[in-house]
Amino acid sequence: MPDSEPIPVLEVRALRKEYSGLVAVDDVSVDLLAGQSLAIVGESGSGKTTIARMIVGLEAPTRGTITVCGHDRSRPARSARLRRRRGQEVQIVFQDPYTSLDPRQSAEAAVDEVLRLHHRWPGDRRSARVAELIDLVGLDARQARAVPSALSGGQRQRVAIARALAAEPRILILDESVSALDVSIQAQVLNLLADIRDATGVSYVLISHDLAVVRQLTDQAVVMRRGRVVERGPTARVLDDPQHDYTKLLRACVPRPGWQPRRRAAIESA
Amino acid sequence: MSAAAPTAGLDEAHGPPLLKVTGLTVKLPVDGTRRAVLRDVSLELRPGEALGLVGESGSGKSMTARAIDRLLPPGAQVDGMITFDGQNVGALSGAQLRAYRLQVAMVFQDPRAHVNPVRRIGDFMTEALRTNRDLPADEARHRAITVLGQVGIEDGDRRLRQYPHELSGGMLQRVMIAAALLTGPRLLLADEPTTALDVITQSEMVAILDDLRRDYGLAMLFITHDLELAAAICDRTAVMYAGQIVEVRSSARLHDDPLHPYTAALAAARPDIAMTVGRLRAIPGRPLSAFEAPTGECAFAPRCAHVQDACRSTPPPLIGLAGGLSRCIRAHELRGRLEAAGA
Amino acid sequence: MTTPATDAWPAQRRGRRAAMLRAIGPLGIVSAVVIVVAIIAAVAGGWFAPDNPDLPNLSLSFVGSTAGHLLGYDFEGRDVLSRLLAGAQSSMLGPIAVVCMSMAGGTLLALVAAWRRGITDTVISSCLDILFAFPGILLAVLAAAVFGAGLWAAAIALSVAYTPYVARVLRGAALKERSLPYVAALEVQGASGTAICRSHIVPNVLPLIVAQATTMIGYAMVDLAAISFLGLGVEPPTPNWGVMIFENEVGIPQGYPLPALAAGTCIVLVVVAFNVLGERLFTYAQAVRR
Repeated sequence: MPDSEPIPVLEVRALRKEYSGLVAVDDVSVDLLAGQSLAIVGESGSGKTTIARMIVGLEAPTRGTITVCGHDRSRPARSARLRRRRGQEVQIVFQDPYTSLDPRQSAEAAVDEVLRLHHRWPGDRRSARVAELIDLVGLDARQARAVPSALSGGQRQRVAIARALAAEPRILILDESVSALDVSIQAQVLNLLADIRDATGVSYVLISHDLAVVRQLTDQAVVMRRGRVVERGPTARVLDDPQHDYTKLLRACVPRPGWQPRRRAAIESA
Repeated sequence: MSAAAPTAGLDEAHGPPLLKVTGLTVKLPVDGTRRAVLRDVSLELRPGEALGLVGESGSGKSMTARAIDRLLPPGAQVDGMITFDGQNVGALSGAQLRAYRLQVAMVFQDPRAHVNPVRRIGDFMTEALRTNRDLPADEARHRAITVLGQVGIEDGDRRLRQYPHELSGGMLQRVMIAAALLTGPRLLLADEPTTALDVITQSEMVAILDDLRRDYGLAMLFITHDLELAAAICDRTAVMYAGQIVEVRSSARLHDDPLHPYTAALAAARPDIAMTVGRLRAIPGRPLSAFEAPTGECAFAPRCAHVQDACRSTPPPLIGLAGGLSRCIRAHELRGRLEAAGA
Repeated sequence: MTTPATDAWPAQRRGRRAAMLRAIGPLGIVSAVVIVVAIIAAVAGGWFAPDNPDLPNLSLSFVGSTAGHLLGYDFEGRDVLSRLLAGAQSSMLGPIAVVCMSMAGGTLLALVAAWRRGITDTVISSCLDILFAFPGILLAVLAAAVFGAGLWAAAIALSVAYTPYVARVLRGAALKERSLPYVAALEVQGASGTAICRSHIVPNVLPLIVAQATTMIGYAMVDLAAISFLGLGVEPPTPNWGVMIFENEVGIPQGYPLPALAAGTCIVLVVVAFNVLGERLFTYAQAVRR
């Protein structure tokens, strides 16, 4: 579904989050156009996960605005009904496959529960849609009926993705969603995410510290350090030709053949 | 250091091996049955040498380190031989075992899980010195401060009085490395020591380990899932799959000239920071543990792009080739044709 | 593309039942049997009693085991076995009622505190802290003073006293569950707090609830017996195991231990059975979770 004129699906302006004196996010502004995928890159303490949680409504910003598909969501929703409506715009997949799912619920049941939240469909229409989503994420019928303890980490993440997609969101936030996976499984899931994007037109916001993964999945990137944006631009340009010293440092520290690990003379405070 | 290292293949003589593992097979009791987690693992480490051990889940890399440090869970069945400086590690007990542990130090992935949160850093660091070497407290503290300085912690005196929760993950890992070095070990087992750290902190930690290795003449077994990381800092890299070693190669040649299809596939599956591709070359299926893998054939056969009938009829032995080892019966003919990711 | 595994589901169910039986073990099954027998006795014990459990006959006081009266007679000459069977009802009913009421109240408070967190949690926790200060027996005395003596007053008083213990344990577990990512995922989907608590948090915390309940039955039995001994709970001549111990205690130094011991054994058996079964179910549930 190509858009003739790209419209912003996500607009974040001057976002700020303070926790009793500590500033986790400081004056962050970000744009995401329809059809784009954005990476928010940084190390721990950079504030990238906090931003994701604020966009999805799990945390309240101290200041600033968040607008998704034209609707303001600068304050978290109070009612379940508003949360439901917002859930159809932005969804999230978390990092840890082992706690992202209710251990007592099969994959089918988890996806079905979400469908029941958003639609008043009859049982067979729901089952059909559940089967579609399970198929979309590359799981078979047997795995669909399994509980999480019978599934591998990669399979559990697929279930989490299917559950998130059941709401048909415009934006899917991937909060380090592939970081806990084995390399070979990570490749499968990254390919899957690319396929899903082609099939559904969803936009990704990828939160990650892994620059190679960021390169693979996104076209725009924002680099964060200690709550502030230090660099932004097309992912390829940010990684190939970094402007800011911090980005250069990040880039230089990625292991590759022939790489010399560097050591800083002074240690910053813990 | 790593790029300029000589091709330290197995036939290069640096003296007798410090650590020698032969035919290590480990079975763990799970739910009433015995499950194999390591199958016939053999490796050698010379004094001052760094060997990388790379693998995914179930490969057995952590188990190997635990077996070497005698940290296997109770009920584990261990076959094969581990010798350290000629001594049979499996036969050690009591005072000898404690002496062994002073010589072989281990650093883990999550420092917070391996430290007592209600004790100060100083107490925890100097404990081994005070009990095993009978050092007076002041001298032990003094040594601790010196070693902390070597890992880049300048205000050691203040740090010794702090509790673990007051330190960040990176700081605490430095402390763990310092603590591991305090007893003057000859071998350092590092089990994913940087996996939980940011890439900048990782880079520093690895540089520190490198310096310390050279200063102390320390041998190191560096366990990681990151093929590039291992290859960059270790002289040789061993790749494990399903509880077995499938390739051993000098790190400098691992990327350009892999000897086993799994190594090549692993390198190719990783996204490239310098280039976007349409789709990654993913390996079908998922990594297996030793007990899940089919016996009587090559454990990687179900997922291998180069599999042939012969691969499924017998388990392949480790073959020596081009200064390395490969557990692939087609290693010779596939040489040069295995795709690896460009640097 | 899909591999039909049509027989996988029934096999899974069979496997799980077998696994549960294996986890409970023979001791667990014995405990379950003891509990079932006790419940049957509680419901219909009076019908099975061979003799009238209430009619005293002082000439038979503390007579030992004889043919037809295997457990002998108690301090008032009543057949011990009949009194035990008839006493099962008040002995089981009271504690079960206490446990049910305090579990219901405690769980509700714990869930509300854990879900809403913040000020609601602080207020609820403070109220529970105040309640902690009151021992159950004291509340029972208060209840008796206000409502008069009786099993129900005592049971309600004990429930109120036990509620904070339940709430404290469950609040911790519920908080931990609530902070897991899957709950956050459901919140983002727009599920209501009630639905999430009901369908996800409670079932995952259930093993703890069961374990808690089975431990508390023992305490409730002992506390109710003490309250009855004070004359504030079960009124004589209603048979009750706890009261029987206290009534027949005088017999032990006199060389007639059987009535008191028999009653004590009944209590011990039931309490241990609940504890053993509860613990095994808890362990099984935890293992299944992983």
